[in-house]
Amino acid sequence: MDVILFLIFAVVAVVCAINVVVQTHPISSALSLVGVMGSLAVLYLLLGAEFIAAAQVIVYAGAIMVLFVFVIMLLNAGAETKKGRSYLIPGAPLLIVFLGLMAYYVQRYLFPESAVVRFGGFTGGGPKDIGNALFTTYLLPFEVTSILILVAIIGAVVLARKEIE
Amino acid sequence: MELLDSFIFITLIKAAVVLAVLLTTLAYLQWVERKVIAHVQVRPGPYRVGPHGLLQPVADIIKLLTKEDLLPPYVNKPLYLLAPFLAISMALLSISVIPFGPMIKVGPVITWMQLTDLNIGVLFILAVSSMGVYGIALAGWASNNKYALIGGLRSSAQMISYELPMSLAIAAPLLISNTLSLRELVMSQAGGIFHWNILHGPFPQVISFIIFMIAAFAETNRVPFDLPEAENELVAGFHTEYSSMKFASFFMAEYANMITVSAMATLLFLGGWMAPWPVAWGANLVPTVIFAVAGVTALYHGANAARKRDKRTLPVFGIIFFIIAGVFLLPIVQSWLLPLFWFAAKTGAILFLFMWVRATLPRFRYDQLMGFTWKFLFPVAMLNLLVTSFLVAWTTK
Repeated sequence: MDVILFLIFAVVAVVCAINVVVQTHPISSALSLVGVMGSLAVLYLLLGAEFIAAAQVIVYAGAIMVLFVFVIMLLNAGAETKKGRSYLIPGAPLLIVFLGLMAYYVQRYLFPESAVVRFGGFTGGGPKDIGNALFTTYLLPFEVTSILILVAIIGAVVLARKEIE
Repeated sequence: MELLDSFIFITLIKAAVVLAVLLTTLAYLQWVERKVIAHVQVRPGPYRVGPHGLLQPVADIIKLLTKEDLLPPYVNKPLYLLAPFLAISMALLSISVIPFGPMIKVGPVITWMQLTDLNIGVLFILAVSSMGVYGIALAGWASNNKYALIGGLRSSAQMISYELPMSLAIAAPLLISNTLSLRELVMSQAGGIFHWNILHGPFPQVISFIIFMIAAFAETNRVPFDLPEAENELVAGFHTEYSSMKFASFFMAEYANMITVSAMATLLFLGGWMAPWPVAWGANLVPTVIFAVAGVTALYHGANAARKRDKRTLPVFGIIFFIIAGVFLLPIVQSWLLPLFWFAAKTGAILFLFMWVRATLPRFRYDQLMGFTWKFLFPVAMLNLLVTSFLVAWTTK
């Protein structure tokens, strides 16, 4: 069951990711990206990381991508026009070879058999575990990230402010 | 294997029951709303189709199903067709984690009155409702119509803005209950009205409840925040180009979202299916008394009928109310009917508030709407969350 669900959503994620690049209209690309985020959330869920899955949907699919779609709608961006010739024919085989080599390297050297997590083998993905880890082991990175976000917010407010003559 | 079979079987039955009840409620909520608004405005409301217009929803469904399904030639076809589907499926999805009552025993089976309990239940509802924005935004954009586009833009801006105070208002009672599972959330509020999160120490969540309700009105695009479909400036807003069942999908999604946020308010602040005072003080008699009073009222108005038809219909309603009042006294059904009654009564009261406000308040202006959430609701919700977390941290060891 886990493997079937994994295969379904992995294929959906990859197809949506390809679709982001292939589509000429920005809205279609943005929606494909939402599809990628959604299927990634399901993959997280399958691996036992419930909190990350929920956060993935709320933050990426629900907030950031809505803003993307909103801006595209607001600017009323039209479909791209193709310029020059397509590099698909020489590019596609090269890309496949490159991705295959990457996958082989990652599977063979970066994550040996002993380091792989099986479906259902990981249970520390609930909100409680994440909270404990964030406020004990990773307290300093957590606080530094908060300050970074605060700086970004202040920057956005300063940029958006109207000039007072 | 037998366990798995029976689990799947029970879940399918529960899903079918929940779906049937939810869809009937959706249809009749429309009738209730028309009646409530009519009585606020001193007129009878739907009255012709069936006794007191009770068959009006059926007539409406037949009308919507048999209407011509127009597909304008200038729309972006795939997205135009996807949008209503997205809106209605996201609206119906969140009902799957809402607990309606405690554990019950039906014959040999012991089960919870809830489809599934996630340990991230609250986050699940937030995630699903944030995906619901796409339905409305895409409907507005794909229609290729300036009114629809403005409606879709307004709605996505409004929903992003009001999600912030709403999430902050939800976070405060979660701090007190110390869980994200909706079932455990209700269990932590057992023991009477002073244990409900709205009145529970260390910091009663009254402010949080009010902010949640205001944000809920905006999230469901209801009056006074129904700018996305403001009919006197935008024709019908984001669903201008939709007809027949596709229009009905948006309509149903709006009412399903209303039910979801009302149920959420009940679970988060009003103690879910818990009775407001202990059984020893007669909490189990409340539904019987309410339905008996309703029966007496119906019989009285049947005897002094204002309209000719009421002479026959109101006594029948009165007798039905008395039968329901009697059913609540039977010990066999009390264990599951009483929690269900309290849950439905609290959710229904909040739904009534939605209708009452619609009949009373005028619409906001768009800049007022945005200024209100960013300059007032958001800081207040933030302050409330800070005070709550400080007091919770102070009082727990």
